[in-house]
Amino acid sequence: MITFWFAILVLAWVLYFVLEGFDFGVGVLAPFLGRDDHERAAAIRTIGPFWDGNEVWLVAAIGVTFAAFPDWYAVLLAGTYLPMVGILLLLAVRGVALEFRGKHDSPAWRRRCDRLLAGSSAGVVLLWGALLGVFVHGLALGPDGTVTGNGLGRSLSPLLTPAAGLGALAALFGAVMLGATFLALRTTGPVRRRAVALGRHGGNLGTVGLLLAGIATGSRLALVAAVLSVIAGMLARQGREGGAFTAVALGVAGAVVAVFTAHGSVVLRSTLDPMWSLTRESAAAGPAALRLITVAGVIVLPGVLAYQTWSYWVFRRRIASERVPS
Amino acid sequence: MDVLDLTRLQFAVVTIYHYLFVPLSICLSATAAGLHLTWLRTGDDRFRDLTRFVGKLLIVTFAVGVVTGLVQEFQFGLGWSAFAKFYGDVFGPTLAIEGMLAFFLEATFLALWYFGWGRLPRRLHAATIVIVAAGTLLSAYIILAANSFMQNPVAYALDPVTGRAHLTSFVELLTNEVVLAAFPHTMAGAAMAGGGLLLAIGVRRLAADPAFRTLSRLGAWLMLAGGALTAITGDHLGKVMTAVQPMKMAAAEALYETTTGAPFSVFALGTLGHEKPFLTVEIPRLLSFLGTGSFSGTVQGIDDLQAQYVAQYGPGSYVPMIPVAFWTFRLMIGAGVAGMALAAYYLWASSTRKWRLPLLPAALQAGAGVPGWARRILLLAPLLPAAANTFGWVFTETARQPWLAFGISTVADGVSPGLTSVEVVASLAGFTLVYGLLAVAWYRLVVHLCGKPLAEVPEKSPAADPAPAY
Repeated sequence: MITFWFAILVLAWVLYFVLEGFDFGVGVLAPFLGRDDHERAAAIRTIGPFWDGNEVWLVAAIGVTFAAFPDWYAVLLAGTYLPMVGILLLLAVRGVALEFRGKHDSPAWRRRCDRLLAGSSAGVVLLWGALLGVFVHGLALGPDGTVTGNGLGRSLSPLLTPAAGLGALAALFGAVMLGATFLALRTTGPVRRRAVALGRHGGNLGTVGLLLAGIATGSRLALVAAVLSVIAGMLARQGREGGAFTAVALGVAGAVVAVFTAHGSVVLRSTLDPMWSLTRESAAAGPAALRLITVAGVIVLPGVLAYQTWSYWVFRRRIASERVPS
Repeated sequence: MDVLDLTRLQFAVVTIYHYLFVPLSICLSATAAGLHLTWLRTGDDRFRDLTRFVGKLLIVTFAVGVVTGLVQEFQFGLGWSAFAKFYGDVFGPTLAIEGMLAFFLEATFLALWYFGWGRLPRRLHAATIVIVAAGTLLSAYIILAANSFMQNPVAYALDPVTGRAHLTSFVELLTNEVVLAAFPHTMAGAAMAGGGLLLAIGVRRLAADPAFRTLSRLGAWLMLAGGALTAITGDHLGKVMTAVQPMKMAAAEALYETTTGAPFSVFALGTLGHEKPFLTVEIPRLLSFLGTGSFSGTVQGIDDLQAQYVAQYGPGSYVPMIPVAFWTFRLMIGAGVAGMALAAYYLWASSTRKWRLPLLPAALQAGAGVPGWARRILLLAPLLPAAANTFGWVFTETARQPWLAFGISTVADGVSPGLTSVEVVASLAGFTLVYGLLAVAWYRLVVHLCGKPLAEVPEKSPAADPAPAY
């Protein structure tokens, strides 16, 4: 049961990082690939109907973590307090910039929303990447299972490690590649041309980033991710956009799985003493709670996947910058 | 302030802020669904325009609700990780099920509805907004069930080995007598809040388009009916509360001695300590009736309850902050009644019928129209239910002190170990700044949206351009 819920938890986080990964990427790229308001609007409209549903996977992922592994949830969030708050604040700015952009006619309002969107998307990606690096590296867990330290440094110092830095870098590459291949797939016209070009050249950069992250995590799966990113670059050069997007998505998925399985059944390593690490078994919820979410999950999750897939089908058409009303 | 106080303050700030938008989303999604179905049935394009207008309001409000709601889901781990560990088995599944079941529905189907104009078959398209409205209700119910556990813990067992609380029955958690009473009360309050917003927007644009008159009167009816239901359901909730948390209701009245046939004070001047306030306006025996359903019922006083809790739970103070409880309770009721009065006045004055009331001057008769000064006052209509809802929650949460979950765990037990006040101050500053900016942006956008003629709100007709601009 614990292994089953660990698998569901990893699946939820993978879906979150892949799905929201591409809309983060589009957010970062929109001001660069869209040269005027029409083109930017077209780029942002590719994620318009999806980003909110994508973000709900974060609600699901953190909810599953809380429900199935309450100790992990508690230690992780309290231990990385400030970076987590940073992510929440940036996500708040980002969501509002996305939703509010098209509701006002003034060009200045839209420019401001575009900048906020790009800045907050990049910030969130970097922070998530750094935190994923921290999850692999571990936290300074004391014998009582809480993070030691004082003042601001308590939850900021984990970010000052090479693992966090490389994680941030890899995440930015991953999101930009996801965004570029997604835009290539979903737009026509100049935005698509530029996205295709970026996808062609970006693959190599992504490979380097993922390789570095692989070295930092010491995981073979990250190696697989890097190989997939090479494949993505090749597919993009051949003009096979669907294949390129799939390859990048699989690469990101592989990297996320690598992060969560880096230390076997240890879910959060203590950097002070391995004895104080948090394991799946010690972090898991009681059998009754696991049974309850199993019943709920088995009934609900297939439905969620079905209607989310349907919503992607409904909005499957390419978006041309010329057709967007100003 | 120490870490505990700062973390409490932060929780209060982010929760109150989140809850300014939640009731609006609940009411606006139901209103949008109702208008959409009305349009489908009547074919009157005025209702299509109104549906799309309310849809825009819903989207911008929902966005703020989502991003601030995400913070709520993280809060238990960030600031209250000891609570999260201790009650993880009860709270975690509840929040996870809310996310999987209700929140996915809301987010996905709201996007399908908003972007689906002209792209989905008509009936299927109308069904998507009905699903959104149902999702918000479901979401609200599950979250209220989680909160009701803290008011009146049920369906749990304390594990003798780990010392943690374990859920014994989810059905029992969902049928807690407190959630059964609190849900209708909260939904009625949400109807008032959304109604207030629609009323103010409609009044602001009354001259521009006859459809706005429909909107303003719809808002006023929601506010009036919501207010009446809030009062009825609130009375029931008060009786349940008197039974499960007698200290909370005693604090609401600042009633120190157990009293039979206790009066309700509408107003009091004084310290609300043990000595009599030097001025009170009291309604005899009303408190007994509100609390027990009988005018001669006995209401337990603070002093007796304190002595009883010391015997039961050990030494310590079990008395919440009396002035906060006393005044938030009265301000909640006062703001609600004032909101209902505004709505009733507007319905009366803007009516097309010509009823006459003796003694009233002509300017105040039914159908006399709404003068400029009254319109300016009506623009404040959204503030009254928002204030009532906020005071209600502050009362509910602070008058439970010192308990986090009543009778099992105190607030001091729940805070994250190792958390430093520097971190909390930094995050509190961040939340205050970002939430402030969100409020300004939301307000500007709502004002901008209602500045446009209604028919132009959809930039082009849905058939010509299926997707709204992004």
